[in-house]
Order: sequence, then structure tokens, then C-alpha cells
Amino acid sequence: MSKRKAKKTHMTVGACISQVQTILRERFCHQMLPEKPVGMESQYKHLLELLKRTAVHGESNSVLIVGPRGSGKTMLLKCVLRELLEVTEVKKNVLQVHLHGLLQTDDRIALKEITRQLNLENVVGDKVFGSFAENLAFLLEALKKGDRSNSRPVFFILDEFDLFAHHKNQTLLYNLLDVSQSAQAPIAVIGLTCRLDVLELLEKRVKSRFSHRQIQLLSSLSFGKYLDNVISQLGLPQDFPDTKFSEEWNDSIKRLCEDKAVMAVLQKQYNSSKDFRSLHMLLILTLSQVSVSNPSIKPADLLEASRVCGADSKANMLHGLSILELCLIIAMKHLNDIYDGEPFNFQMVYNEFKKFLQRKSHSIYNFDKPVIMKAFEHLQQLELIRSMEGSTANIQKDYQLMKLMLDHNQVMECLQKYPQCPTDVKQWAMSAFG
Amino acid sequence: MPGQIQHPGYEEEKLLRVSKLLPCRDVQAGRLLALMGEPEQYSYPSIFIYGHRATGKSHVLHTLLNELELPYATVSCVECLSLGLLFQKIILSLFGSDCVPLLPRSPSLSDFVRVYKQLCVQSTAKQTKYIVLDRADLLRDMEANILPAFLRLQELVEDNVTVVLLSEIVWEKFRPNTGCFEPLLLHFPDYSKDELQQIMCEDSHPSYTSELYSAFINILLGVFYSVCRDLRELRHLAALNFFKFIEPLEKDEVKESDIHRLWRNIEPHLKKAMQTVYLREVSSVQWEQQQMAEKEAGALRGLSAHAHVELPYYSKFLLIAAYLASYNPARTDKRFFVKHHGKIKKNNFLKKHEKTSNHLLGPKPFPLDRLLAVFYSVVDSRVAPTASVFSQISSLVTLQLLSQLGHDDQLDAPKYKCAVSLDFIQAISRTVSFDIVKYLYDFL
Ligand SMILES: Nc1ncnc2c1ncn2[C@@H]1O[C@H](COP(=O)(O)OP(=O)(O)OP(=O)(O)O)[C@@H](O)[C@H]1O
Ligand SMILES: [Mg+2]
Repeated sequence: MSKRKAKKTHMTVGACISQVQTILRERFCHQMLPEKPVGMESQYKHLLELLKRTAVHGESNSVLIVGPRGSGKTMLLKCVLRELLEVTEVKKNVLQVHLHGLLQTDDRIALKEITRQLNLENVVGDKVFGSFAENLAFLLEALKKGDRSNSRPVFFILDEFDLFAHHKNQTLLYNLLDVSQSAQAPIAVIGLTCRLDVLELLEKRVKSRFSHRQIQLLSSLSFGKYLDNVISQLGLPQDFPDTKFSEEWNDSIKRLCEDKAVMAVLQKQYNSSKDFRSLHMLLILTLSQVSVSNPSIKPADLLEASRVCGADSKANMLHGLSILELCLIIAMKHLNDIYDGEPFNFQMVYNEFKKFLQRKSHSIYNFDKPVIMKAFEHLQQLELIRSMEGSTANIQKDYQLMKLMLDHNQVMECLQKYPQCPTDVKQWAMSAFG
Repeated sequence: MPGQIQHPGYEEEKLLRVSKLLPCRDVQAGRLLALMGEPEQYSYPSIFIYGHRATGKSHVLHTLLNELELPYATVSCVECLSLGLLFQKIILSLFGSDCVPLLPRSPSLSDFVRVYKQLCVQSTAKQTKYIVLDRADLLRDMEANILPAFLRLQELVEDNVTVVLLSEIVWEKFRPNTGCFEPLLLHFPDYSKDELQQIMCEDSHPSYTSELYSAFINILLGVFYSVCRDLRELRHLAALNFFKFIEPLEKDEVKESDIHRLWRNIEPHLKKAMQTVYLREVSSVQWEQQQMAEKEAGALRGLSAHAHVELPYYSKFLLIAAYLASYNPARTDKRFFVKHHGKIKKNNFLKKHEKTSNHLLGPKPFPLDRLLAVFYSVVDSRVAPTASVFSQISSLVTLQLLSQLGHDDQLDAPKYKCAVSLDFIQAISRTVSFDIVKYLYDFL
């Protein structure tokens, strides 16, 4: 083996590319943990210390990791746990319970899941408990090992923590935090949330039992660092089998990130969000264009990816409307201009459209009203227009009040791109008054 | 071949078959395949594909996954009346029918994820699994955790799985207020007219030349393209009308090369189809029957279904009265009805004050006594009605020609609105020889 490693392996381009895809996809699509989280050293240390105290010294604690979507909360926690569990003693002793706000939607489900994850289903059996607290206490008690007076430390990890605050009476949160304060058993409650106002969701009695420790993940990455990141995210690791290929690849990535157009795209991306997750989306779109016939990332690939990411969905949908539907949108635009964005009904749109037909148009022929109605309903199905009325039971379709969910600019831009848009329709859209 | 899809991870032969099955969608299929990568490589956790109806979203996905023999589950959210059903279908398609009983009765999302994880641990398969959710807009109506959970299913089940959502509604309308894992957005553009032509020509009829069929499709698109770009609907229309198109050929009246004559024959017919079949006023079967009947009688019949509502004589007048009460301002009633029936002198009639016509704003509610007053005025010269007026009113409400406002307990003062269109009421009026337009304030 070692001999082979020393010798430079040479693989075909196809094999290399396939390998590149496998490695990079794990990063972009599988949230593979980085070796060290970038730009959150202090948070990392803080959390590690905190959990160590529970794991090693049996101190209870509670902490919230707060940060926007994709800022790396889950990743930070996992990295810390990874390091912590490298210690054999800790690994043997600590128990983990992972709960997720999206999955455990009420406390009954949560309790069942806790029991299951602690492997206590058999111990609990058919026992009936008077209260949630009693049940939880029983579970924690059951964890004490025969001869030991100490119980094993448990990490309770609650992802999407804010969702647990919506559970009835916040029973789970209350009880967990209560245990974490009363030294019944060594537990650490770790909440992850993207809501900065999360404490306001907690009832008073719950809030007062929380340690008020918060770890904030607000990225302060500079653009320079961000660029370095892009380079390292796209880079191949040291142990890539074909050294020659990986060196060339890594060089080409560096060159790529010096390209003016690429810099501009990345700057735009950075300005809209610095988080890794949105960067990963851009990069997977870029990577997907790499193939045997295009064996390195070209600036054009990144530009194309950025175009796909930044496409305006509504504009894309407008492009596919029939000319009749487009005309209705224009009529609505005019109504919005005339009546200052007040809601309108089908009859008014129909009338506006008729006026146009009577005045000039030769390219659009006279459709029957029901045909126009069908087009109108299609726009409603596409949610490009929305009914203002709650219940539609009592109102005729023609007179339901509607709102256009597009603004003036979107309509005008759509007209520019619309394939073979008749001139008179364009002029009509352009004219100041319907 | 220009649009040949290529990918080193799959057999050439299979890809060729895929390309053949997906005319005009090779760009989208190619892009999707590039994103999916080789069978065992990870793909993005969730992909949101949007585009108009019948732009091939489901078709492309299904063809790719099926032909390339990848593990997948496709579920249309329309069919999932309960969450349990949705979970069952996914487990069934991905792990086989003997795994379904692992789900408890009316499973929660937590149960689903637990069972999924358990099954993953047991199996050794490494290929990316795909879960395709069609009509994904309906996920928004399910419990609030469902959509965000599917978007990050890969993280929740810790498996190599990609969830693909298909929708004709843009992603902006899905995003929950507290955000979620953002899916990768892919757009399937609408087919151009040429592409529609190309795709539709593939269904050509075996006993006629493809040129002829192509000419037919061209004419059909000429009529319908400005209204409808839905491939499925257009195909349906083509199938229904092709025989009418070739009728002159069958009868040896026209030669195949004389497209112009064929066009003249079919065009009015297609326009009529637009008013009826397209609007689903008549079913396809009815349409075909009408074609047959027409062939025999050689006569044209009025096709609009609305003209055929049969109402009792006085109910018609009640409806007319309701229409007038809905669209005329109450203060004008005197002017219309105090005088002897019909004639209104224009010169001493009041000027219009309102700028917008009532036919733009819609019907206004009116109380019962006003309805009765107008009713007695419009039927006055005819036979006075007997007692049944009230029951007739309630049957008009049942037929949804009138709508009653307010609650049942407000018996003393029920209010009504007329719920029919001008065309409809004109048709009704004609059957009782009543010239309604003369009595409408908007049309003076
Ligand atoms: N500082 C960082 N260094 C390296 N990778 C990072 C960093 N921050 C985030 N990432 C990567 O970004 C992705 C998103 O991170 P993660 O899933 O932890 O976000 P999150 O805060 O948990 O988001 P959500 O609120 O949606 O759960 C992951 O793939 C993660 O590896
Ligand atoms: Mg997370």
C-alpha cells in the first residue's frame, strides 16, 4: 500500500472527474462536517467548554445557539460533539437525545422519542405516570447504573427549539430546564434556533429556569475571507489519488477566483448572504457543469450557475402565459394604475380588455367571455392574482375582488421578454391610461 | 442527434432511450441529470421544479428515474388524503411492501422518520434515493411541519436521499415565515409553438400521412395557441377534432394536397370547439355525439349549455326582478316602474351621477320587499301570481341563481343578490318576451 502511495498514481480524466464530483458533492450536498468551522472559533470554544462541564464534571446546564438559517448552528454543534466524543471516557458515559421541532410536534411524541433514544422502552413497559415530570424523572432515574451513585450525563439537543415553545403549556421545555437547574441529574439542554426573539416565546416560569446562555452565530466574514472560503470549498484534499490532477485543479480554482466576472458574481452573492448554504447551492450548480469534456471550472460555468440561482421565478412563469392571459395581466396593470392598487374584479378586467379590442387591436381576436374567464381562473390558479375575499360562497366569480400579485416593473419586464409579443399589445401596455 | 443527453455514470444505450422519450426537453433533462450526478453521488437535498402545466415536469422526472433504474418514489399530493397515505407510499416504493406495516396507524412525521432510518440501517444500498412529490403546492395545506421537513429530509433521516418537488406555483409562495431549508430551483420553460407542433405530430394517425397530420396540428395551434398552451389540453382537442378534419377526404370531396379547403372546413368548427369542449361545457363524449348528429342532420345547433336552464314561468320573472334590483340603484325604481309598463321618456329622465357602471362593480344586495315590488311591476300586465312566490325564491337560491346574504336567524330581513350574468338574464328575458335592457339603468 505505502509503496503505491509513494508512486504517483495516474488516473484517466474520467476517473478523476468522477472522484472530484464525489468529494465536492459531499461538501455541497451532504453537509459534510468541515475539519474546523470557519470563523466561529470563540463560539466553538465556548460550546465545547460548556458541554465538557456536563460530560466530565456532571454539571447541568442549558444553552441556546442562535443564528440565521444556514449559518452553521447544526454544524457547530456536531463539530463540538465530534471533538468531545473523541475522549473515550466521555464517549462511554454520555448519552444523547436528539429532538427536532419539525418531528416531535407535541410533548407526547417527544417523550416517546426520548424513551426510545435512551433505550428505556422495556424499562418503562406499561407503566402509567401521573405527570410528565414524573415520567421524565423516572427516565432519568433509570439511567443510574447499579453500582454508581452518579447518573450518566445526558445531552438533550433540541433543533428548531422555537417550535417546542408552541407545545401545550411548554411542558417539555419546562421540565427539561427544571431538571437542568435542580441538579437531579446531570443534563445539558442545547437549543438551536433561527429566531433571535426566542426568549420572548418562553413562558415566565420556563424562562426563569433557563441559564440565559446564548451563543450567537452572526457571520462577520470579510469578503477576502469569503473568497478564501470559496477556494477551499472547491479545492481538492491532499490525499486525492492523482496528485498531478489535483494540483492542476487547485491552481485552476485559484485562477478562477481572480477572474473579474467571477469576483463580481461572488461579491453579489456575498452581499445578499454570507452563509455557506447559499454558497453551496451556487457551487453545486457550477460543479454540475463539470464533465469529461469540460474538466475544470470555467468562469462561464459560475456565471451560468449564478444566472440560474438568481432567476426571477415569476418572470419565468409570465413568459409561458398565453397571449390572452398576458392581455388580462396588462388590463389589471392598467386598473392598478388608475385606481391606485385598489382591488378589482373580473368584470372590470374584462371591460378594460374590451376597450382595448374595440380601440385598435387587430392581432387579438374577440374571445367569448367564458374563454376569457377561463384564462382569468388560470391566473388565479397560478396565484398570480389572489382573491381578497375570505369565503367565496356568496359572490359570483365575476365580482370577486382580486389583487394582482405582480408589480409594474415585473409586468413591463415580462413584456420585453415575451416571445413574439404583438406590437399593439405592447403599445397598449406602455400607454399611460388603459 | 442534437439533443443527446450524456453522462458518464450511465449506460449510453439507456441515455439514448431517455433522449428519444423526451423530445424538446433535452436541456432540462440534461441539466437535471448533471445535478443528480452518478447513481451513488450525493445530489442536492431538495430540488424544486416549477413550470406551467404540461411542460413535462413529471414526465421528465419519471422517465429519467425509471429508465435509469434508480430507486425512487413518486407521489402525487392530490392522491394523499391523509399523511399516513403519503408516508406509506414512500416507504412502499423505496423499501418494498413488507416494510409498510412498520408504520403505526395514522403515523406522525416522527414515526415516518424513525421507520425510514431503521430501514436504511438494515439495507446496504448506496444509490441516491429520490422522492418526487407532484402537485407540491398541496403540501402547504398539510400540517405546517410537513413541507419544511421534506425540504431537509436528507438531514433528518441521514440518508442519501433527494426530495424533488413539482409545482406550477412559484417557490416564493411556499416559503414559511421563519424560513426553511431553501431548495434548489429549476425552471421548466413553456414549449414554444414549434415545439408543441413537433411533439404533437408524434401522435399522427397511422392511416394518414404525417404531413397531413402536421398540417392539421398547425391549423389547430393557429386557433388555440393564443388561448391555451397546455400540451395535454391541446392533444385532447386534436384527438377530438381530427376526424372532422379528414371528413372531406373520406367523402372524396377534397384532395389531400388541398390544405386550404381543409382549413376552410375545419376552422369554424374549431372555433366552436373553443366555446364548448375547451370550456368543458360539453363532455368529449357529448361533443362527439353532436358531431355525429350534425353529420346526419347537417344543421348547426346552438351549443352553449347556459341557454338550456329551464325555469318555471314566474321564476323567470322573479329572477329578472332580482337582476334589476341588483343592478339598478333603488332610487331609480320609481322612474322605471311607477309609470305604466315599458316606455320611459328619456328627456325627463334623471342624469347619471355615478361614474362607474353597476355592471362593473357587481350586484348589490336588496331586501325582499324591494324584490317583490319590482316583481309585481314587471309581471303586472300578465297574470298575477298565486301564493308560491316564496318557495320559488328559495328554489332560485338553491339553484344558486340567487344568493341569500346574512344568517338564517335574520328571518325578518333577508337580503339577496342576483348571481347570474347579463347574457344569461337576457336569454331568460327573451323567453318571456321581456326587453330587460330597457329597464337597466346602466344602459340608458
Ligand atoms: N463556519 C462554517 N465553516 C464551514 N462550514 C460551514 C460553516 N457554517 C456553515 N457551514 C456549512 O453550511 C451548511 C449549513 O449549516 P447548518 O446546517 O449547520 O445551518 P443551520 O444554522 O443549522 O441552519 P438551519 O437553521 O436551517 O438549521 C452546512 O453544510 C455547514 O457545513
Ligand atoms: Mg440546522
